[in-house]
Amino acid sequence: MIEAVGLTKRYGDKTAVYNLSFQVRPGAVTGFLGPNGSGKSTTMRMILGLDNPTAGHVTIGGHPYRKLPNAARQVGALLDAKAVHGGRAARNHLLSLAQLSGIPARRVDEVLGVVGLQDVARRRSKGFSLGMGQRLGIAAALLGDPQVLLFDEPVNGLDPEGIHWVRNLMKALAAEGRTVFVSSHLMSEMALTADHLIVIGRGQLLADMSVTEFISANSADFARVRTPDSEPQLREKLTSALTEAGGHVLPEQDGALRVTGLPLPRISDIAHGADVRLWELSPHQASLEEAYMRMTQGAVDYRSTADQKAGLQQPLPPGAQPPMPVPGQGQPGWYAPPPPQQGGQPFAAPQGAPGQAPAGPYGAPAAPGTVPGGQPANPYAAQQAPQHLPQAPAAAPQTPQPPAAAAPPATAPAPASAPVTDPTKPEDAR
Amino acid sequence: MAATQVLRSEWTKIRSVASTVWTLGLAVVVTIALGMLISALTKSQFSDMSRRDQLSFDPTFISFAGTSLGQLAMIVFGVLVVGNEYSSGMIRTSLAAVPRRGTFLFGKVAVATALALVVGMVTSFATFFLGQAMLGDLRASIGDPGVLRAVFGGGLYMTLIAMFSMGVAAMLRSPMLSLGILMPFFFLISNILGNVPATRKVGRFLPDQAGSRIMQVVTPVDDNVPYGPWGGLGIMALWVIAALVGGYAVLRHRDA
Repeated sequence: MIEAVGLTKRYGDKTAVYNLSFQVRPGAVTGFLGPNGSGKSTTMRMILGLDNPTAGHVTIGGHPYRKLPNAARQVGALLDAKAVHGGRAARNHLLSLAQLSGIPARRVDEVLGVVGLQDVARRRSKGFSLGMGQRLGIAAALLGDPQVLLFDEPVNGLDPEGIHWVRNLMKALAAEGRTVFVSSHLMSEMALTADHLIVIGRGQLLADMSVTEFISANSADFARVRTPDSEPQLREKLTSALTEAGGHVLPEQDGALRVTGLPLPRISDIAHGADVRLWELSPHQASLEEAYMRMTQGAVDYRSTADQKAGLQQPLPPGAQPPMPVPGQGQPGWYAPPPPQQGGQPFAAPQGAPGQAPAGPYGAPAAPGTVPGGQPANPYAAQQAPQHLPQAPAAAPQTPQPPAAAAPPATAPAPASAPVTDPTKPEDAR
Repeated sequence: MAATQVLRSEWTKIRSVASTVWTLGLAVVVTIALGMLISALTKSQFSDMSRRDQLSFDPTFISFAGTSLGQLAMIVFGVLVVGNEYSSGMIRTSLAAVPRRGTFLFGKVAVATALALVVGMVTSFATFFLGQAMLGDLRASIGDPGVLRAVFGGGLYMTLIAMFSMGVAAMLRSPMLSLGILMPFFFLISNILGNVPATRKVGRFLPDQAGSRIMQVVTPVDDNVPYGPWGGLGIMALWVIAALVGGYAVLRHRDA
């Protein structure tokens, strides 16, 4: 059991952590989430007695860390995978740590086997990849067979097999009744690993609840409704009918409607009553990632901006097409451009194929806060603008409320058919 | 209990990195080789030396001529032992395992000091005997008055200079910064301060100049140094204590 009360840490005039109070209970994996620079690592260091809080206190099992009897046997921690002397062999690194806490040497070979590093045990850790470093760090945390475990970004640099292994390891440790506290900025990872979430932003507590509570509290379910593209008046009709019935309707860029506040059968009934045919009526739930992004939107310290490439772009030869980004290539912050003109849609399949790309758990249809001020967050989209300049305004009459993207950013949708990568995601998450 | 654990752990750390062997090995080789070289050169030029220099000729001190360079390798050893914890980030893992920071620091210093003492003593005696062999009929014998003290003191000097570097590295928390200050200081600045007449009186109290007094057997002519060989070593020991206390204060109060 880790308990923080009013934890505050200031470095000069910068407040890294402010008035943080939470409890981490045994028997569960508790995820510790926040954007880069939100104070996760500082909090971890304060828990371990490495940094002194400016105010407040944090205890493990009722004792401050520096007063814990034989701390290393009760608490294991992975803080930084790179924090090893590169010239020292993996086994010697662990052996020195084991001797520090009076742990027998054979335990070193045990944990080396547990993390799968037995074959490189006598190699210098200088040559280790980040993933191997993470495994070595996890081995160090497991050395004392502790009841309380802290992991700071344990899956960074691990391959899929390693991520899967860490996930299962955390769950297994928690199932044994241990207290497991894992920090991450990857919401998707926490969704699969954690039972409980503590979210901070700019050093302050944003949420402390179970994963399921977190999703339902932070995201609204919605329905996507699509009327025949050929008859725009049907959409107008349905919009007013739904609004009348108490629903909240928001047009999406590709002409679909996003409806909240009404259950699906009711939407169907209303459409039937208004004599409107539907091409699509699908339920959607915001993912954990979305809920997290919405929550931390205001608390992101480092946000990327569009790469203007001023002065670097070569003039295109006459008649040449500007390069089109291929969807799914994973360009930073890639978004599909707005439909160039009525009827002609760049990618995606609305004509005769109303089925949207399924909103999988993390292939989130919308990413909030991505298009501030309607400015395309994407250098490639910006590049295309000249090509579509005459048509771009023409896209406006297509939707009743023109630049929908500029509307509340929290709900500004990107065409769901395009794979969504998110610019607010920290760079090392990709 | 915790102290013996720290000692065992620090011994594992110190023997498992190559830099220990390199720095200590270099200290031994440089000190001995340079001492032998200078001894041989002095022997061949003894007849050309002034009467005054011949009178105050100190065969023991001449054989320790390599210490001025060999001590630099000792400084690197001391700095790396402590500083590597900071540069690698290992300090956090170590302090998470040993929350009592004083135990940790002094355990580390104790192990490194013991190793430096062994190496320093071996170097000192080897330097003396090999240097005297080069000096031929000018040589001093270990049984002569003051000689054993000087040879023993040479080993202590090497140990203390390593300890001083450990304290400085603990205060500065960075091997690069520590070496950047200590190397030029002991290689250049201390010599300059000690040879410029205006600053000579101050320079005498610097750790290396005060400490190296222990290796002299014959006092130079017109010598007016206000302390004796053990007094000089005492001044050096005070510097070492100050550096270690400073390092402990920093470790105790700063965030790791």
